[in-house]
Amino acid sequence: MPTRPPAASRDELLFRAGTGAFALLLIGIVAAIGVELFKESRLSIREFGWHFWLTDIWDPVAGEFGARPFIWGTLYSSILALMISTPIALGIAIYISELAPQWQRRPLVFLTELLAAIPSIVYGLWGIFVLAPFVRSLQLATPEWMRDIPLFSGPPLGVGMLSAALILSIMVIPFSSSVTREVLKAVPQAQREAAYALGATRWEAIRMAMFYARTGIVGAVMLGFGRALGETMAVTMVIGNSPQIAWSLYAPQYTMSAVLANEFTEATSDLYLHALVEIGLVLFVITLIVNVVSRSFIWSMGGQGSSRFRWLRQAAGARA
Amino acid sequence: MNSFSRIVLGTLVTVGLAIGLGGCGGTDGGQAGTSAQINGAGATFPNPIYSKWFAEYNRLRPDVRINYQPQGSGAGIRQLTSRTVFFGASDQPMNDAQLAAAPGPILHLPTVLGAVVPVYNLAGVSAELKFTGPLLADIVLGKVTKWDDPAIAEHNPGVTLPDMAITFVHRSDGSGTTFVWADYLSKISPEFKATVGADSSLRWPVGIGGKGNEGVAGMVSQTPGSLGYIELVYALQNNIPAGAVQNSAGTFVKATIDSVTAAAAGAAADMPQDFRVSITNPPGQDAYPIASFTWILLYEHPDDRAQARVMVDFMKWALTDGQPHARELGYAPLPKTVVDMELKALDKIAVQ
Amino acid sequence: MRARWRRLLSNVVVALCAGAVLLALVPLALVLFYVVTQGISSLSVAFFTEMPKPVGEAGGGMSNAIVGSLMVTGLGALFAIPVGVMSGIYASEYAGSRLASLVRFAADTLNGVPSIVIGVFVYGIAVLPFRQFTALAGGVALGVMMIPLIMRTTEELLLLVPPTLREGALALGATRARAVFTVIVPAALPGIITGILLALSRIAGETAPLLFTSFNNRFFSTDPTQPISTLTVQIYTYAISPYADWHRQAWAGALVLVSIVLLFSLLARFATARMERLQRGQ
Repeated sequence: MPTRPPAASRDELLFRAGTGAFALLLIGIVAAIGVELFKESRLSIREFGWHFWLTDIWDPVAGEFGARPFIWGTLYSSILALMISTPIALGIAIYISELAPQWQRRPLVFLTELLAAIPSIVYGLWGIFVLAPFVRSLQLATPEWMRDIPLFSGPPLGVGMLSAALILSIMVIPFSSSVTREVLKAVPQAQREAAYALGATRWEAIRMAMFYARTGIVGAVMLGFGRALGETMAVTMVIGNSPQIAWSLYAPQYTMSAVLANEFTEATSDLYLHALVEIGLVLFVITLIVNVVSRSFIWSMGGQGSSRFRWLRQAAGARA
Repeated sequence: MNSFSRIVLGTLVTVGLAIGLGGCGGTDGGQAGTSAQINGAGATFPNPIYSKWFAEYNRLRPDVRINYQPQGSGAGIRQLTSRTVFFGASDQPMNDAQLAAAPGPILHLPTVLGAVVPVYNLAGVSAELKFTGPLLADIVLGKVTKWDDPAIAEHNPGVTLPDMAITFVHRSDGSGTTFVWADYLSKISPEFKATVGADSSLRWPVGIGGKGNEGVAGMVSQTPGSLGYIELVYALQNNIPAGAVQNSAGTFVKATIDSVTAAAAGAAADMPQDFRVSITNPPGQDAYPIASFTWILLYEHPDDRAQARVMVDFMKWALTDGQPHARELGYAPLPKTVVDMELKALDKIAVQ
Repeated sequence: MRARWRRLLSNVVVALCAGAVLLALVPLALVLFYVVTQGISSLSVAFFTEMPKPVGEAGGGMSNAIVGSLMVTGLGALFAIPVGVMSGIYASEYAGSRLASLVRFAADTLNGVPSIVIGVFVYGIAVLPFRQFTALAGGVALGVMMIPLIMRTTEELLLLVPPTLREGALALGATRARAVFTVIVPAALPGIITGILLALSRIAGETAPLLFTSFNNRFFSTDPTQPISTLTVQIYTYAISPYADWHRQAWAGALVLVSIVLLFSLLARFATARMERLQRGQ
């Protein structure tokens, strides 16, 4: 820990003020985002109040804006992505940190980070030309009786909730798995050794480690959730961009970030623009809450611990 | 520091300097006024001809770079009103409220005539399908949901229509093309007018959204069983089958340069001073019912007079030498009376 | 008996975990496969040297977009590096202070803000007031996203520098500023550069924040005060279009983009490995 000099000299003050100014700038930027979003959504907040989030109607012509379909789309796609990605991410984390032989570790870590490094637009491109047609043929292959279930109903378009959820889960996997790996590293080796000493099988030792790290793992999964919530490009290219609330996995739907990307530059009335910014504001607040909660979970687990390069690795997966 | 860091730092600094110096070298604005970059945004409807025109014009005058970004008519109007672009482009004329909200008077300058065509993706069907206005309205309203519905078969005898669901593809962005389509449907279907209405951004009862004419064309090409509406040239350039539509005289008309010109005949004779006019569902035996002018929007008193000069020169070129390019692509050139009126109207723009 | 059942369960779980790894590698392989095969077949010299042709005409390239992307990313780095490094220095030097905890919280928050929201924000502060879409605004948007990454790595790495270095410098009569800038930061420099490279690799692939800031440009431009074409936005435009030629160019662009991102990533990884060796050497 750096020690404080006995008396604050002028150089010291200058140094502190100089670097502190940049720190203030960083804080200022975050505050400015919140302020700007709030300022530019005032009209909509005043006009619609809470009903904004309870109404389904998104009608720019009539000036009626209800954002419920977007919240639905965002939550549905993210939760679905979480359901698909979490077991896989956990499996990867456990394998790499507990099971893999030494020679496999580095290449596997490299490969998972490669998954994280692929830009979202490339996933979107792949989604349009490879995944969506695949989902479409999947739909065509489902038997008649299955197609009557609301979950699988709808014409075979290829674009829709399932495609979006699949792409999101691919993008979230490396993220949750790398954070889970770091969290598992923080479990003291002594715990594992004690388990083995008592005759545990590999799975039982792992289960014990996971139980020990349970808050951290929950935090890691939540971080992945936060990532999924904010994802824009890949989602808007495969989700169908249709503001409707539907249970069907095959139905085209719309998310908050997608509607922002599509309609922001052309909101022709001030109310329209403010309604869109209000969606952005809520997206900002939701991701903020999810991130804060997940981080508190992760850190309550065992401090900074072993992860010197935690931020380096987290940085690898940390983009929306 | 070690040599590796030195190398990386050196590379970053060099690249940074190169970019910085390159930026200085590439600046056009502050120079002696010979080179200009003008930014515009708006409709995707005329994008094929605009991109051709601006590229051609840049070839003729290499110092003039007009950067047009097709983002949809809604975006064009918005960006013009916020003055983040110098000119806008729209297939839907600005309404009085929008004009009032703008910081200055805006001129609507028609550039070409185009058509909105219903396109579809049906593997086994090679024939050109015929649609009536009310039929299109019913499809869009979600009342006709299958391709083998008798309502469609009625007008297409002899064509085997598959038992497939119709997926309607509309625009997900603010679109003048949407306005033209909806304007026509509102005229022939009171139910459509009451339920959906006519504007650039609508609440569609059914369907999925594509971004821009390009997005809708792309989605229709990739979605079997889909039906969308796009500008004729997009259908031509991508070999997407387009249907014929029944006009007010009862004839099923294909969108061609001639049928679009016929649609504009009445308006050409009787053009209002501000050029804002709708030519959907016009009278006439050979008129295509879903046609429209498309406009470039310019402020009458723009801040940058130099750019205004350039744009006025460009418009004069586009209205005369540029029209044949439009014909080559599939847009109908403007009627002579309109061109004459417009050349005079261009004088309203302050260029000094 | 029971032991055998437990062992069986353990083996099943181990197999499942290995299966999870393989399952995750499938989409990776598929994506890379398509990007490489589709991209390579569309790559040509023209792709790198020509500008886009008018709509509907085949041919042309993405020269303006490639340069544009490099420029906007460079502008972002120019903005983010000082802010990130300096605030990282503050947070490590005055680690216990309230401002330090605040800036750490702010950095973590900023890191989690969706990129589209940042685009909306920068549109409001850098595009609207100047009534111009600019490459600079795009750079600001990307820079804002880079700041937390750079700040956090700088902070962590500075904290790792052994206190003996600092004590030595101070014992020789250096002021705090001098000690930090001439001794401590250089000691941590490889890692800081790693952090910057990682941030660059993350940001080079961003699209959403550029949609409303740097906009797009049909022409070749290196003017920071004008809109600029970028690889990511161009790929997006081409991908959702109906033109087969544009689709091919989109794949080629994706290949170039992935290569650029990988290049930065590999450089960063090389630097991390080097640095780990350095640290272990002590």
